[in-house]
Amino acid sequence: MNDDTPEILPPKLDLPALDKNVFEFRALKNSFLTVFVWVIGILASVPLFSVIFMLIVEGGSRLDLEAVTAIPPAGFETGGGFGNAILGTLIMVAIASAISIPIGIFAALYLSILEPSSKVATISRFLSKVLTGFPSILAGVFVYAVIVITTGTYSAWAGGVALAVLMLPTVTLAAEEAMRQVPQKMKDAAYGMGCTKTQVIFKIVLPTALPGILTGVILAVAGAAGESAPLLFTALFSNYYMSELAEPTASLSILIYNFSGMPFENQIELAWSASLVLVFLVLFFNILARVVGRSKFRD
Amino acid sequence: MVYDPFKESSSSRTLSAPPSSADYLKDSLFRFFAYFCALSIIILVAYIVIELGIQAYPAMEKHGLGFITGTTWDTNQGIFSVLPEIWGTVYSSLIALFIGGFFGIGIAIFLTQSFVHAKLELTFRTIIELLAAIPSVVYGLWGIYVLIPLLRPVADWLHETMGWFPLFGTELSGPGLAPAALVLAIMILPTVAAISADAFRRIPYRVKEAAYGMGATKWEVILKVMLPTASSGILAGLVLGFGRALGETMALAMLIGNVNEISISLFAPANTLASLLASTFPEAGQLEIQALMYAALVLLAITFIVNVAGLAVQQYTMRKFEGKK
Repeated sequence: MNDDTPEILPPKLDLPALDKNVFEFRALKNSFLTVFVWVIGILASVPLFSVIFMLIVEGGSRLDLEAVTAIPPAGFETGGGFGNAILGTLIMVAIASAISIPIGIFAALYLSILEPSSKVATISRFLSKVLTGFPSILAGVFVYAVIVITTGTYSAWAGGVALAVLMLPTVTLAAEEAMRQVPQKMKDAAYGMGCTKTQVIFKIVLPTALPGILTGVILAVAGAAGESAPLLFTALFSNYYMSELAEPTASLSILIYNFSGMPFENQIELAWSASLVLVFLVLFFNILARVVGRSKFRD
Repeated sequence: MVYDPFKESSSSRTLSAPPSSADYLKDSLFRFFAYFCALSIIILVAYIVIELGIQAYPAMEKHGLGFITGTTWDTNQGIFSVLPEIWGTVYSSLIALFIGGFFGIGIAIFLTQSFVHAKLELTFRTIIELLAAIPSVVYGLWGIYVLIPLLRPVADWLHETMGWFPLFGTELSGPGLAPAALVLAIMILPTVAAISADAFRRIPYRVKEAAYGMGATKWEVILKVMLPTASSGILAGLVLGFGRALGETMALAMLIGNVNEISISLFAPANTLASLLASTFPEAGQLEIQALMYAALVLLAITFIVNVAGLAVQQYTMRKFEGKK
C-alpha cells in the first residue's frame, strides 16, 4: 500500500452561509427588480383603463337614440348625432371584407398547401409581412391616385378598397398560419383515399382550420373598422346619409378626427360618444375573435 | 318501392370511380384562382410603388434631392421640402421606441418569467393586446383632452427649472412632440411586448434550469441568461415597433401640432411625414399633391427599409432556435 495517497476529505461546508439572506446585495437586487417589473406591468395597463374610463364618462353621457341616428350638427347647432357615420363605417368595412377575405383565403391556400415553397409563394408571403407594417395612410394615397382621380369623386367604393388593401395581408397571414396548424396526418389520410388536392382542401383543410381563419378574419375586420388614415381622402366625409356608393361617405373615425379639433362643446361631446361606439365595435370584434379562436382547442 | 341492393353499385358514379374530366377542370380552375390570388399580393405591392412613383415623378423632376434637404413647405411660393417632417418622424419614433421599448421588454419579462399566476398573466396579456386594438383616432382624442392637460404642469415645471437643457428648451403650448411621442409609445408597446415575449418563450426550458442549478437568483437568470439569448428576437420587436411608429398617422396629426420646424425640444410642436399627408392632402392643389406624393414615396422608402430589416432579424432568430434553414 502507498501511504502517500492523500486522504480525500469531504469539502468543508459553511452551512450558515448557504442560507438565503434577504439583506444580501444579490437578494435585495432581486426583490427590487421584481417590484420594478410589477410596477411596469401595472403602469402599462393604465392607458387602457384611462381611455375606457374617459370614453364611458365623457361619451356615455351623450349616447342616446338621437346620437346614433341623427346626422352631424353644423357649427353652433345643438343636438345631432352620427348615424350616417356608423352606417358609412359598416358599409365600407363590408366592401373591404368582400374584397379582401376571399382573395386572402385563396392566397393563403396557395401559400400553405398548394405550393408552399414556390417562388411566387415565398415572395408573396414576404410582401404580405412587409404590407402589415405599411403606413395605413399610404393605402389612402394609393387609392386616391388610382380610384379617386380616375372616377373624379370621393366615394364609399374608394374607402372600401383602401381598407381592403390593409386587410388583405392580415387575412392572408392569419389564414395561412391557421391552415399550417392542420395536422399532416389528416391530409395524408385523405390523400391515401385518393382525394385530389382540391378535395383535401375543401373537405379537410378548410373545415379544420375554420376557427383559426375566422379569428384572423374577425381581427382584420376590427382593425379596418378603427382605421381612419386611409379614409381621409378616399371616402372623405359627408354630413348626410348616403344615397349611393359613389359619393363622399361619412365614417366614425373621420367624424372623431374632424370634431376633435372643433371649438364647440357639442361637437367634442359627440366625438367622445362616437369614440365610445367605435371602441365598442372594435372590442366586440376582438372578443368575438377570442371566443371563436378558443373553441378550436375544445374540439 | 322495393329495395334493390344492386342499384347503388350499378350506378355509373361510385366511390371508386376515377375523377371525371369535370373534376379535373374544377381542380385546375381552383388552382389557377388560388395562384392568381397569391400573385395579386405581389401585383398590389408593385402597383402601389409604381403608381406612387408615377404620381410623384413631376415633383421629383422639379425638386430633386433638395426635397429631402430643404426646410420650407410653402404652398404660395411653390417651394416644397420635407427635412423637418423627416426629422419629426424619426425623432418622435425614436423617443417612442425608448419608452415603448423599455415598457414592452419589461412586460415581456413580466409575462414570460413566471412572475404572475397563469390566470393573471392571461388578463395582463389581454390588456396589452387590447391596447393595440384601440383605434388611433381615439388615442388622438384621449391625448388632446387627457394627456396634454396632464403633461402641461410637468412640462412647465421642467422648462422653468431646467430650461437651459435643450430637451426642455420650449414651453408646451398645447400640442407638441412629448404628448405625440408618449401616445406613439403606448401604440407600439404591444408590438414590442408580443414579439419579445415570443422570443423569451422560444428559449428552451433547460437553459433556464441550468442557470438556476448554478445558484443564480431569478434576476441573474433573466438579465445574464434569458435577455442575451432572446436579444435578437427583442431586436426584431424593437425594429418592427419602430416601423409602426414611423407610419402612424392620425394620433400624431392630432397631437404633434403640424409645425414645420426642426427643434430638439421635447415640448416644441413638430410634424411628421404621415401627419403632413393627413393634414395637407384634402385641401391641396395639383402641384402640392404631386409634392405630397413625393413625400409619400419617401415615407414608403423609410418604412420599407425598417420593416425589411426587422423581418430579417426575426427570420434570423427563428433559424437560430428552430434550426430552419
